Amino acid sequence: MRFTGTDTYVATEDLMVAVNAAITLERPLLVKGEPGTGKTVLAQEIARALNKPLIPWHIKSTTKAQQGLYEYDAVSRLRDSQLGEERVHDIANYIVRGKLWEAFEMPEAPVLLIDEIDKADIEFPNDLLLELDRMEFHVYETRQTVKARQRPIILITSNNEKELPDAFLRRCFFHYIRFPDKETMERIVEVHYPGLKPALLREAMALFYDLREVPGLKKKPSTSELLDWIKLLMVEDVDPETLRAKDARKLIPPLCGALLKNEQDVHLLERLAFIARREGR
Amino acid sequence: MFTNFFFELRQAGVPVSLKEYLTLMEAMKRGLADCSVEDFYYLSRSCLVKDERNLDRFDRVFGHVFKGIGEPPPDGEEVPVVDLPEEWLRKLAERFLTDEEKAQVQALGGWQKLMETLAQRLAEQKGRHQGGSKWVGTAGTSPFGAYGYNPEGVRIGQKESRHRRAVKVWDKREFRNLDDSVELGTRNIKVALRRLRKFARTGAASELDLPGTIRATANNAGWLDLKLVPERHNAVKVLLFLDIGGSMDDHIRLCEELFSAVRTEFKHLEHFYFHNCVYESLWKDNHRRQAERTPTWDVLHTYPADYKLVFVGDAAMSPYEITHPGGSVEHWNEEAGQVWLQRVLSVYQKAVWLNPVPERHWQYMESTRILQRLMGGRMYPLTLEGLDAAMRELVR
Repeated sequence: MRFTGTDTYVATEDLMVAVNAAITLERPLLVKGEPGTGKTVLAQEIARALNKPLIPWHIKSTTKAQQGLYEYDAVSRLRDSQLGEERVHDIANYIVRGKLWEAFEMPEAPVLLIDEIDKADIEFPNDLLLELDRMEFHVYETRQTVKARQRPIILITSNNEKELPDAFLRRCFFHYIRFPDKETMERIVEVHYPGLKPALLREAMALFYDLREVPGLKKKPSTSELLDWIKLLMVEDVDPETLRAKDARKLIPPLCGALLKNEQDVHLLERLAFIARREGR
Repeated sequence: MFTNFFFELRQAGVPVSLKEYLTLMEAMKRGLADCSVEDFYYLSRSCLVKDERNLDRFDRVFGHVFKGIGEPPPDGEEVPVVDLPEEWLRKLAERFLTDEEKAQVQALGGWQKLMETLAQRLAEQKGRHQGGSKWVGTAGTSPFGAYGYNPEGVRIGQKESRHRRAVKVWDKREFRNLDDSVELGTRNIKVALRRLRKFARTGAASELDLPGTIRATANNAGWLDLKLVPERHNAVKVLLFLDIGGSMDDHIRLCEELFSAVRTEFKHLEHFYFHNCVYESLWKDNHRRQAERTPTWDVLHTYPADYKLVFVGDAAMSPYEITHPGGSVEHWNEEAGQVWLQRVLSVYQKAVWLNPVPERHWQYMESTRILQRLMGGRMYPLTLEGLDAAMRELVR
């Protein structure tokens, strides 16, 4: 069982080593990187490549670790007790399974994605330490222990909004997705839009990397933005020549709304273009 | 097997534990990195480094410990790089460079400039790669590789990654700017500031209090009795005093970043500006600093003592501005700066001073030393580490 990338996902060598280490040793893999470099997509692609089901667990600021294991729906039970329902006598009727339980009970080891773990409360990772380590937990209400039939492949992504506790980190493999260099990026684009006109690709890439170099951008465009932009270019059937018009007067790339997501960045670029135009005169 | 590596990593400040080391051993045993040094590098990096800020340190240690592995075999005697003859390089270049590329060299500032940079680069490399005579040729990170100055046989290529196989990955040190003593973006500041967060329930009751409800219902002999509690909020209160103008102009960008990060992080945040040192009045809007001033006494009376006080300033001024009445450069102050500072500090017990000037320069500035003493040593550099230490001090 080795992951070597898929036909829609280009994995660099270091990423492959990290993923395979996590699969072989059955430890969680923590993935960090700039937004839009394919952290979440990685989980989907691993699931697809290894032909396993994917269980995504998207974390929000209000998510509690307990919700991943199970929840005791006390309010329904309370209501049922008021109405005198029969099922109120068995507490197991009010235990709602979480994503982790679901993953543990699967007949075949799934890929579990814990997405954006840094969004949750600071204590969240600590509350999952034992569960991720031993892959079992105890249901207090029914006095039952849930144990993983097979250890799922666990992928955790983080955007670095909070620091994760050391004890948690020690249990994971870690990979930082670096922003791809030109060569890798060309392969990525090729995988998504096979048969793209080489001229268009070359010009678009040059423009894209130039744009990333512009000092002072609040949010540099990343892989996912590039892919969106190329798609737009293809739909609009933009001529490569327009992209090449590099004489600084047309510094603002066509359809730049796909690349820049921040009005301050667009203003910055417009200002630069204005200066360039003045100097060019 | 790699104990040496393990201890060198610890020495370099990469927090590796025995557990991670054993994980690496287990991975090796399972044959995850059998074939190449590169695989081993990736594997060990994935096992031992858990924070991108430490990646650069890891690369350096790796390069140091496994020096020589995967390098091309040394060919005969080694030329001491530092005096690479200029004519020789030039001749080489003339032999291999196209006219276009020569023009590029010119664009970089001509030979003279290039040579200067080269000498500087070589001096750096010598430091960490003892007399490594192959550096110029093998390290693709230097612009010189780009133009193909390789003493072992010239390769002309582009600046980026065309022949990255030849470069050892860890020697590229691509993660250099993630090291935490250098970069300090808003996001990083926010992470550091989160240390200060303290949640408490205040305000209107809007959330269902489940344990409370159950307890109340049980007390009520089974008759449902709903209880509500207020939502949790970050309850930390911060008073921010920013030095502005004069010598602080150099640090404006850094302070802006800090300010914008602080803004979104705390609900109770009040900021005031001062110039060089705190005197009898402060102001909130720097454009109208002459017109709208707030007396410092009012500030002390308005904000209760549970506010945490953060000064941001470079503490660079004439010592008289702190120690003597009338020392201020802007106006006549009846009482000395240090009197005001002590007054403020006596109200707000939790206080720190963040200084954007690098820590190693502090000792040369008399005023910095005085303020450091007045603050009781609670002055921290405005780097991520410093910010972290400062926040720890504030929550202590």
